[in-house]
Amino acid sequence: MSDLHLIAITVNGEAHEVAVDSRRTLADVLRHDLRLTGTHLGCEHGVCGACTVLLDGSPVRSCLVFGVQADGMEVETVEGLADDGTLGPLQQAFSEEGGLQCGFCTPGFLMLGTALLREHPDPTEEEIDDLVAANLCRCTGYAGIRRALLKAARGGATEGWPEPARVEDPRLLTGGGRFVDDVDRAGQLWMRVVRADLAAAEIVEIDAEAARQMEGVVAVLDATSLPDGFVIPIRLGPYEGDLTPFLQPVLAGAEVRYVGEPVAVVVAEDPYVAEDAAERVVTRYAPREPLLDSAQHGAEPAVTLRRGFGDADAAFAAADLVVEVDVRVGRHSAVPLETRGLVADWDTQARHLTVWGATKVPHFNRGALARLLGLGAEEITIRASDAGGGFGVRGELYPEDVLVTWLAMRFERPVKWIEDRSEHLVATNHSREQSRRLEGAFREDGSLLAVRDRVRHDNGAYLRTHGLLVPEMTLGMLLGPYRVDGYDGEAQVFLTNKTPAGTYRAPGRYEATFARERLLDKAAAALGMDPIALRRRNLLKARELPHHRPVPVLGHEVVIDDADFAGLLAETLKESNWSGWKKEAAKLRGEGRAIGVGFAYFLEKSGGGGFETARIDVLADGRLRVSSGATSLGQGVETVLAEVVCRELDVARADVAVVAGDTDLVEAGGGSWASRSTVYAGSAAQKAAQELRALLLEVASELLEADARDLELGAGAVEVRGSPSSRISFAELAARSDALANGRHGRPPGLSVTATFTDAPMTYPYGVHLAQVEVDRRSGAVSVLRYHVGYDVGTAISPRQVEGQLVGGAAQGIGGALLEEFTYDELGQPQSTTFIDYLLPTAAEVPDVTLTLLERGRAKGNPLGAKGAGEGGTTACGAAIAAAVDDALQRPGAILELPITPTRVMRLLAGEE
Amino acid sequence: MKPAPFAYHRVHSVEAALERLHELGEEAKPIAGGQSLAPLMAFRLARPTALVDISRLAELAHLARVGDELRVGALTRHATVESGAAQCGEGFEVLSRSARFIGHGPIRRRGTFGGSLAHGDPSAEWCLLALALDAVVIARDRAGERAIDAGDFFTGYFSTALAPDELLVEVRFPRPRPHSSLKEFSRRRGDFALVGVAVALDLDRAGRCEDVRIAFGGVDDVPVRVAAAERLLEGEPAEADAFRAAAELCGAELGRGLGDEDGRLKRRLMVELSVEALGEASAGVPG
Repeated sequence: MSDLHLIAITVNGEAHEVAVDSRRTLADVLRHDLRLTGTHLGCEHGVCGACTVLLDGSPVRSCLVFGVQADGMEVETVEGLADDGTLGPLQQAFSEEGGLQCGFCTPGFLMLGTALLREHPDPTEEEIDDLVAANLCRCTGYAGIRRALLKAARGGATEGWPEPARVEDPRLLTGGGRFVDDVDRAGQLWMRVVRADLAAAEIVEIDAEAARQMEGVVAVLDATSLPDGFVIPIRLGPYEGDLTPFLQPVLAGAEVRYVGEPVAVVVAEDPYVAEDAAERVVTRYAPREPLLDSAQHGAEPAVTLRRGFGDADAAFAAADLVVEVDVRVGRHSAVPLETRGLVADWDTQARHLTVWGATKVPHFNRGALARLLGLGAEEITIRASDAGGGFGVRGELYPEDVLVTWLAMRFERPVKWIEDRSEHLVATNHSREQSRRLEGAFREDGSLLAVRDRVRHDNGAYLRTHGLLVPEMTLGMLLGPYRVDGYDGEAQVFLTNKTPAGTYRAPGRYEATFARERLLDKAAAALGMDPIALRRRNLLKARELPHHRPVPVLGHEVVIDDADFAGLLAETLKESNWSGWKKEAAKLRGEGRAIGVGFAYFLEKSGGGGFETARIDVLADGRLRVSSGATSLGQGVETVLAEVVCRELDVARADVAVVAGDTDLVEAGGGSWASRSTVYAGSAAQKAAQELRALLLEVASELLEADARDLELGAGAVEVRGSPSSRISFAELAARSDALANGRHGRPPGLSVTATFTDAPMTYPYGVHLAQVEVDRRSGAVSVLRYHVGYDVGTAISPRQVEGQLVGGAAQGIGGALLEEFTYDELGQPQSTTFIDYLLPTAAEVPDVTLTLLERGRAKGNPLGAKGAGEGGTTACGAAIAAAVDDALQRPGAILELPITPTRVMRLLAGEE
Repeated sequence: MKPAPFAYHRVHSVEAALERLHELGEEAKPIAGGQSLAPLMAFRLARPTALVDISRLAELAHLARVGDELRVGALTRHATVESGAAQCGEGFEVLSRSARFIGHGPIRRRGTFGGSLAHGDPSAEWCLLALALDAVVIARDRAGERAIDAGDFFTGYFSTALAPDELLVEVRFPRPRPHSSLKEFSRRRGDFALVGVAVALDLDRAGRCEDVRIAFGGVDDVPVRVAAAERLLEGEPAEADAFRAAAELCGAELGRGLGDEDGRLKRRLMVELSVEALGEASAGVPG
C-alpha cells in the first residue's frame, strides 16, 4: 500500500519535483531518489546525527523528517558546501585539523557547523562544545572536530600546515565517498533478513505464505532452499580439535541459538516492502532454556585452550606473596557508525559476480565466496569502497554476505542489503566478554615470578570467522611488557545464547591488560609499594631483548625485539605532568571531591597475516595509481601508501591515486586488520615503488641513450644528471614505452609493477595510559577529566594520523570502560538494540586526549621500521580508568568489572553509607 | 528500520486538523516536529495508519504572557523556549533553563512543546514541569475546548487523557514561579533522564515554604508528585535540613516499588537531585 505525493523541494539551490510515498524519509529521498548520497544514515532513529541536513536553514536529522513534510522547503546538504570543487573554509579546517577519519559522520558535523557559523559567526567555545556533543563520531575522539570548528570560526590561517591533508579527505568532505549504500544498481532487489526472536529454540515451522503474497515481494526463502554446506568458515587459527559443530549456518535450520540469528530472507523490489514482508513471516518455535552466562550451573566449555611455559607451580610454591583478582569485562563492540551492507551483481553471460561493501579482507572473502557459491575466485570481483569505520567487525564473512551473493546469482538480478542499526546491534560481532581469575606469584621486593590465568571466554552462539583467535590472543598477550618466568594459562571458551563474538580493536589485549594491571595494582597495595615502582621492577630491560616468549599470537611465538619500556614510561610521566595530576587530585580530595588518578602499562602487537601486495601503474598522464590488498576503513591507509610512494619516487601527492582493496587490481592480498596496513601494505608499496624506480630508469636510459647510473629521478620525471634539457616526464615515459616499444625491448607492455612483501615478524608496540577521573558520589557516574597516552610507534609515516588513531582509539576504550555494554534479560532478549540503550560516548564524555608519541623502538622486521598504531589508543583504557576510580574512592582494588556503570559504583558506595 | 505504511494529510488550520482526526479515527495521529514519533515509527513501535501534519499551523506557535499566565502554543519549539526567557517573562525562567536538557540542538529546534506533552514520556522535562507548575493543558476537538489539569493529563506510559480526535493546542502555566528548579541525571549528555525532578515553591516573608510541588520523572509510568513530602515542607523554613527530610521521604515513598540495584541508584538520585532542586528553587532565580 503506498500513498504517493508529488513534492517540490529545492536542494542546494536546485528545484526538484519528486513523487514520494508518505513514509519515505527525507534521507531516503535525498540519497536514493535524488542520488545525493553524501547524507549518511547511521541509526535511522535520530541519535547519531550523520544524516543532518539544513531544512529552511535549520539543522534537522533527515531520518526523522518524512520527505513529504519537506514539500515546498529548501534543503541544504554536504554536496552544496564546496564551491566548484574548492573546499569551503569549514571543510578545509576539518581536513587540516584531523576532523575526520572514515568520513561517515562528517557530513552531519559539517552541516551542524555550517548552521552554527551562519547564525553565530563568532561562537563561544561552549557553543562549539554543545554542537560537537550533538552528533556521534566513532573514529576521531572528537578533538579534531572541535579544533576544526574553532579554526573555521576564528578564521585561522591555513598556510604552513606541516602535514598535507589526507588523500581521502576531498571526496569525504564533499559527499563524494563511495560507501556501500551509495551503490545502486539498475534493477536491483533488496534483501531483508528475518531474524530469530528467541535466544534458544527449535524451529517448528516457518510460515512465509502471507509474505510471499505481498506486492513487490519476489521471494521468501529459508534454510531448506539453501545448498548444503552453507556455513561460515573460520578465517584464522588456532584450530583445536573439530570445530565444525560450533560454526554458524548461513540460515538457521533446525534450531536458533541467539536473538537476531537469520532464519529466512525476503527479497523484494524495495527496502520498505522487504521490511513489511519480513514482519509477516511467522516462525513457530519450541523454546529451550537459554545459556546466558558461562558461570551458569552446568555450563560446559566448547573448547579449552592451554598456553604456558616455565614452572609456574614451583614459582607459586616459592613465592613470598600470592595475589589474585577475579575480574570481568563486559560485552561491547566496535559499533562503527556505518552499519554493514553488501551489493552483489551477477552477470549471467560473463559468469562474473561483482561485489561492493566487503571491506577488510576482500581476497579472503572472494576465496570463501567462490568455494561456497561454486565459482572460481577469478569469477568474482570485490570492488574497493569506503567504509564508515571497521575496528575489527566490518568486512568479515558473515551469513548475509553469502546470502546476498547467492541470491544475486539465483535471481540473476543485483541484490542489495543494508543492515539497519537495530540489526547491527544483534547481528554484527560482539566482543570482549570475559571473566578471569588471575593469580600472580611475587617476591617481597615486588618481582613477579609467575602468573596463573583462568579465563572464561563467552563467545556467544557460534565461532565465526575469528574462531578461537580472541581467547588465544588474550592468553598470548597477557604478560605484556613484563618479565615472567612461569606462565600457566587456560581459556575455556563457552558458547552461549547471545550474539557471536569476534575481534574488536585490541582484541584479547583490552581484556588481558585490564586483568593484569588490576593484579599489579593489588599486589602493589599488598606490598606497600608504589604501583609505578612495582611496574619498573618488572618491565623488561633493553639488555633482556629480544625477549622470546613461547606462546603463540596469530601463529607466531612472541618475540619482543626492540623496546625501551622504562624510557617510555619516564618520558610519558614527565610530559603528561603526572605528578601534577596526582597532587591536584589529592588536593581536591581534601576538599571533598572524589578525584583520582590511574595508570596502566600495555604491550600491543601489530602486523600478522603473512604478506601484502602492492601494484603501481604509471597512467597515461604520468600520474601513479597505487593498488593494494589493504582496504580503506577510515584509518587513512590511502594517505599512508601515497606518502610512502611519494617519498620513494619524489612525486607530488596530487599525482598519486590509491585504490585499496579491489581484487581485480591485485591478485592476492591480506587486507586491513591487526594494525597491519602500514606494516604490510606500506612495506609492499615501498618495495613496488623501488621496483618501479628501476623500471623507469631502465626505460629512460633506453630512450635517452644514457647509462641508468647517470640518470636522476625526481619531481615526476627523469633526466640525465646535469642536463635539464634531457628531462622526460613520467607521462612521456608512459607514452613512449608503449606496448610496441616495450615489446622490442623484451618487456611486457605498460609501466606497471607488482610487488609482494612477505613474512614480517609481528611487531610489538607498547605504551602507557594515564587517567584522571572524578566520581560523582550522588550518582556513581564517572567522568574522565584528563587522559594521556604514551606510545612507541617505531616510525611514524604520517604522525598526524598516528595521533588520530590513538586519540580515537582512546575514545572507544573510554566508552568500553564506562558506557558501552550489551545486556540481556533472563530470557536472552537483548536490551541494547538502539542507540538510546547502547551508549556510544559523545564529545561530552570524552576529554581532550593528550599524547606522548615516541619513535624509539624502530621495528626490525619491516623496511619502514613501522609498528602499527591502530589499537594502542584503546588497549589500556579499562585498566587505567579502573585504577583512577579506585584512587578517587580511595579503595584500592575496588573496581573489578567493566564497564564501570553508576549502578556498579553505587554498589561499592552502598557499603560506605 | 523503515516505518510501516501510513497515509499523510497536511492541514492548514486547526479546524481542518480536527476534521481530519475525527474522520480518520483512532489509528491516526497528529505529527508536528516528529522528534519522538518518527523514531518510534522507525522501530515500528508506533504504527499510525495516518498522520495529520499540523506542523504548519502558525496559529499554534505562540509563546505569550497573558496577565499572570504563560501560554505556550503546542507548536512552540523547544529551542524557542530555551532562547525565549524574555518572552516567557519573569518567574518562568525555569522553562528556559530546563530546555537545554532536551536532546541536542537539532532536536530542540524541530521538536515542539505540545508534542512532548502529548507523547507523554514520563521522564520528559516539559511533562515534569507541567506537573510541578500546575499547568493546564488545553485540548480541542470539533465540539470545542476543554482544560485538563496536568495532574490528570498523564494516564500511563506514553499515554495521555487526549482523545484520538482531540488536539493539544496550548499549555497554560497559571502564575510565575520564580522559586522553581529542574534537575536530572542521565548517563550521557542529552539523553532522557534516568531520574528527573522538578520542584516549585513559594516563600513567605519569614522564609517558610508554601505551596510546594515536587514531581519526579523516570520512576513510574507517569510523572508523579509526592504529596507527603510536599506537605512535610509546608510551613517549614527553606533550609537544608528540611529539604533533606522531604527528599528522603520522596526516596522512601517512590523507592518502595524499585527493588533491585538500579532501584537503589534511582532512590539515591531522587534524594540527591531533589535536595539540590529544592536548594536551587529556594535561592530563586540566579543573578
